[in-house]
Amino acid sequence: MSAALNTPPRRDAGEPGRIRRFVTPEGVDLRLTLGEASERAGAFLIDLSIMVAILAAITILCWAMLAGNRFADLSLPAIIWLLSFFLLRCFYFTVFELRPSNATPGKRLMGLRVAARDGGRLGADAIFARNLVREVEIFLPITMFFAGNDPVSGWIAGAGLVWTGIFLFFPLFNRDRLRIGDLLAGTWVVKLPRRALLADLATAPAGSGPAFTTEQLRAYGVKELQVLETVLRQNREATVREVAERIRRKIDWQGESLADGEFLRAYYLALRRELEGKLLFGKRRKDKHDQ
Amino acid sequence: MSDIVNDAPLRDIPLRSNRFRREREAEWQRLESLLKLAEAGRWRRLSDDDLLAIPVLYRSAISALSIARATSLDQGLVRYLEALCTRAYFFVYGGRASLGERLGSFFARGWARAVQGLWRELLAAFLVTLLGAVVAYAMVQADPDWYRSFVPAGLSGGRDPEATAQYLRSTLYDEGRNGGDALSIFATYLFTHNARIAIMTFALGFAFGVPTLLLLAYNGAMLGAMLAVFIRKDLGFELGGWLMIHGVTELLAIILAGAAGLRIGLAVAFPGADSRLASASLAGRQAATAMGGVVVMLVLAGLLEGFGRQLIQGDLWRYAIAGSTAVFWALYFGWPRGRAA
Repeated sequence: MSAALNTPPRRDAGEPGRIRRFVTPEGVDLRLTLGEASERAGAFLIDLSIMVAILAAITILCWAMLAGNRFADLSLPAIIWLLSFFLLRCFYFTVFELRPSNATPGKRLMGLRVAARDGGRLGADAIFARNLVREVEIFLPITMFFAGNDPVSGWIAGAGLVWTGIFLFFPLFNRDRLRIGDLLAGTWVVKLPRRALLADLATAPAGSGPAFTTEQLRAYGVKELQVLETVLRQNREATVREVAERIRRKIDWQGESLADGEFLRAYYLALRRELEGKLLFGKRRKDKHDQ
Repeated sequence: MSDIVNDAPLRDIPLRSNRFRREREAEWQRLESLLKLAEAGRWRRLSDDDLLAIPVLYRSAISALSIARATSLDQGLVRYLEALCTRAYFFVYGGRASLGERLGSFFARGWARAVQGLWRELLAAFLVTLLGAVVAYAMVQADPDWYRSFVPAGLSGGRDPEATAQYLRSTLYDEGRNGGDALSIFATYLFTHNARIAIMTFALGFAFGVPTLLLLAYNGAMLGAMLAVFIRKDLGFELGGWLMIHGVTELLAIILAGAAGLRIGLAVAFPGADSRLASASLAGRQAATAMGGVVVMLVLAGLLEGFGRQLIQGDLWRYAIAGSTAVFWALYFGWPRGRAA
């Protein structure tokens, strides 16, 4: 954390690589964050477990029907089982994503949702397209894998494994983490962020805080201010002490001796007042190297 | 040097960004609580006033986001607003059509329109299937051993060149009614099998359409081989009735799936003026709309197969139903639907 106050900035440092422009009709860029590969995989595993659980429940039900012998012909349980297997396999994802939340239970738990890449409405056609491709991406190779155990089936299983490998890792080989299905449907999976409104740190203190000189407030720019904000929000004792130490040295602080946290808060407030004042005149001082 | 900029009285004045935030905080929190209800799927419980308020609150939040980005250095605030606006955006601009509404417009217009747009690919897919059928028919006629290469044992159910004419006839008409259970299970299995073949025919289209063409030709070949076996025993006409009562719908569905796959393959191979990616995703969405209905057709075909074929034993009746399904699909897909909105 505190290193950022000291080292010269690298290009794009601190900017996560998964942020994409997404301009609303109002002309505001929402800067969407794409879902990480790990989150996507997690969501898929959750969905898969739900599907397996449902299938297990149906299987038990069918067994019970068979064992109870309540139905004279044995075809009903078999038909129910075959149909529900088929429906689960082909429509689980589609039906959930067609709902207004555009997310399966797994995606919801991981805070993800499907969105159209062009920023438009996500149509049913796109949802169909991205989920029908799942059949070849995942389920076909799984079937191949359990095909049988003669030598030919072994080769087929091997081919299926390579095949799944290509599809499985496809999202890792493109910038936008697209599956083949996303590619064909013009969709991507984005994070649906949930953030609480944190307290504003720049509330004026009851009495007058310490005074800083212009010189002292010119030591840092916006980037350092925001690092300071993070430090204050996290409020870890060791970091606060170290950062306070470093700032006191940098600005050559001779004034009243305050507790580290108190000093940082006062400096944060003063620095923000200074930088926001400049912002109103159209000058945004990016970081301490920006004059 | 040490001129004091922030003299004490000035330092007690709250920051502008602080005031800005305090004035609007309540609004944002209202939007957040409404969204929380809406996202949990309980938006029917929102009052009319609340529902009408969401777009207004969204617009004010998004303008606040612009202002905050330009004037506030409170990172926590900007991030909060970004998250809030993103959630509200998806609610305000996302499709709020319910599943039922979406299905309604799909069957009324969307599906038929998409199929109409695919007529070239449909023709090609039909010709490839026909070619497969003709070739397999000729091969099995010349040498019945080819049959096993075309029709897997699991699907033939004993209908192979060695079977007697009597047995073959018995598979066409449900006379004994004793194997009824097994038959309906078999029909369900066939349906799920066919549906997956159809989906695969579509989904493999992105590989320049090659696997799609192969699957179509193979599907035709199975048909041709089966025809050859029955025609050798002079059961061609009877098989026709048995196949076509559901086959019109089923074959059309598979050809449609193939056509949808071909569209994607063509778009990937020859993207034209668009980028390959843009061309693929445009074609993917068009083709997927056509595909959405294919599964429905297969369900109908499965019903015709399971019930129609067992209840209706007369050849002419079977042909009559086959003919009327053909007319129905031709009218349904061919009827002009106007331009896409």
